[in-house]
Amino acid sequence: MTLALDQIATGGTASGANEEALRRQAHGERRSMLALTLPALLLVGFVVLIPIGWLFWLSFVDKSGFTLIHYQRLLHPTYLLTLRTTFELAFTVTVVCLLLGYPLAYLASQLPRRWASLVLLCVLFPFWTSLLVRTYAWLVLLQRRGLVNTWLQKLGIVEEPLRLVHNFTGTAIGMTHIMLPFMVLPLYATMKTISEDYMRAAANLGASPIRAFWQIYVPLSFPGLAAGLIVVFVLSLGFYVTPALLGGGRVMMWAMQIERSTTVYADWGAASAMGVVLLVITLGILWLVSRLTGSAKLGEAR
Amino acid sequence: MATPAEAPAAGGNRSASLPITIERLVKSYGSFKALDDVSLSIRSGEFITLLGPSGSGKTTLLMVLAGFVRPQSGSVRFADREVVLLPPHKRDIGMVFQNYALFPHMTVAGNLAYPLKLRNVPAREIAGRVERALDLIQLSAFGERRIDQLSGGQRQRVALARAVIFEPRILLMDEPLSALDKNLREQMQLEVRRLHDRLGMTTVYVTHDQREALTMSDRIAVINRGRVVQLDRPRELYERPATHFVASFIGESSTLPIEVRDGRASFAGAPLLSAAPTPASSASSFLVLRPEKLRLLADAAPAEANVIAGHVRQNVFQGDSIVTYVRTASDHEIAIRRSLRTDEVLAEVGTAVRVGFSAEDAIIVPADADAPQTGRP
Repeated sequence: MTLALDQIATGGTASGANEEALRRQAHGERRSMLALTLPALLLVGFVVLIPIGWLFWLSFVDKSGFTLIHYQRLLHPTYLLTLRTTFELAFTVTVVCLLLGYPLAYLASQLPRRWASLVLLCVLFPFWTSLLVRTYAWLVLLQRRGLVNTWLQKLGIVEEPLRLVHNFTGTAIGMTHIMLPFMVLPLYATMKTISEDYMRAAANLGASPIRAFWQIYVPLSFPGLAAGLIVVFVLSLGFYVTPALLGGGRVMMWAMQIERSTTVYADWGAASAMGVVLLVITLGILWLVSRLTGSAKLGEAR
Repeated sequence: MATPAEAPAAGGNRSASLPITIERLVKSYGSFKALDDVSLSIRSGEFITLLGPSGSGKTTLLMVLAGFVRPQSGSVRFADREVVLLPPHKRDIGMVFQNYALFPHMTVAGNLAYPLKLRNVPAREIAGRVERALDLIQLSAFGERRIDQLSGGQRQRVALARAVIFEPRILLMDEPLSALDKNLREQMQLEVRRLHDRLGMTTVYVTHDQREALTMSDRIAVINRGRVVQLDRPRELYERPATHFVASFIGESSTLPIEVRDGRASFAGAPLLSAAPTPASSASSFLVLRPEKLRLLADAAPAEANVIAGHVRQNVFQGDSIVTYVRTASDHEIAIRRSLRTDEVLAEVGTAVRVGFSAEDAIIVPADADAPQTGRP
């Protein structure tokens, strides 16, 4: 007993028992965590950071060295028109996704789990088919003698077939279909966390169902709403395949302009400059939205 | 919270509280009867507690009062007004939710102002009333705080203030203190009761904590399996439980099966004296003994009205008292609570002892199947 006490006394110097060993253990753990993340860090470095740096570099040089000519050329009306179309289309698709997606997500969040899964399955189902297949399917449905126009005529709603494809409308329809899950899923996830007690409390305090919805439910769903809006808008800005097919050459998106610069004109400088512009705009939007929702994020906290 | 200037509504006096009449409410979920023909009269200004185990129907009853659950049949009247068909937002009653349900996207002041805004109270008056409410709950400096910056106790007080700031004449509370730790809970019990006494609205309080119910209530409605088993004042409920369930749910007790024949009760062959009227004849009755009403008798002590013999099984020290568990010859267990000052009899484990109790403290209750409802006016 005395021996044991002695040992504790001598081992317990000012630094405390095992302090050195415990510190080494903590260091070791940190090192192995770093080692585990290293492959991912290298991957991000090689396939994201370096190519983007390369993109920037290309956009500022030509044969003679540093130049702003690639950016100057983007001020040409053709490019400005493309930029405008791109924003108009992204905006339209986002708004339509919101109008369709919010009620859908709300419905799913209120249903019993089994039915909710079914609704979400229907939303997700298109995700499991190829983008090209879906786009061509819309082409078939929306063309002059497609299913949609045939029905509309048979039901006597329209006399002449509507021009639903190879234009802005067709592109918007196809993109909305593809983007809808990106709106519904974050909204559903947020709505699932909104306790029904909030709506009950609002009703108890005297709010009619409509007021309670606008004043309580919508603000509480804001985190999911913001996430859905951003994802849909940003993805729409850079969309290529669907506008290229459903636009029929009449809807020129920014991404299609980039493609043309590289494959038709082999002008990598111009393509890079456009890539940089899109990147900057996207980051700008993300920054703006994060500033705007900074105060609304309260909704997430309990 | 009401100042004389704002209390009287245009066109007449608005009393602080309303009586509630609940008649023959039925609510079932499939084959499960959450409310099985419940009738209850709650007086104006009364603090009544719905007490019962989880799943007993007490919360369902509160939800029907608030309008969140639609019963299959029955009537709920606030004073003379039938409300069972009225949507919740038109009932004008305050409610404190179990998880408080404070709106996280509003400040503390925003939460308090919300019901006033809905009632189109002028902005200047809202500011004044919110300020006074914050004063009342001692959170004057917290008006601009976000809800997630408050502690549990502070949220509780804000929820309470929000529920009464629009001067409802009925206040419902759904286990509002269950999330608080013990000390804070006991303190809040007194605060809630004082608030009720000051504002005077009819209060319906739901809890599964019998001690909380005894502490706060004017009357307690004990609810089990969708029925009101007993409605009484706390003291009567404790001392004269109507059924085995009530006796075992409220307070600590030992229950022993007894025989009743020709109005005479006996336990394990020995006759029992009870001050309360014994049921005429019943095969299944129980003797309910409160631990603090029992005494361990010394050998020489004169026998009390009732004596049960046994031996000491266990002694448990509980700080302010010692609980001694006695095993009877018939193999039942009786708990006896003894204060530390009057150590009447030494009670080593294994010693043979006698447990004595007076006829007043011998509570005889029927088993639960044919539970009668007793109401005391």
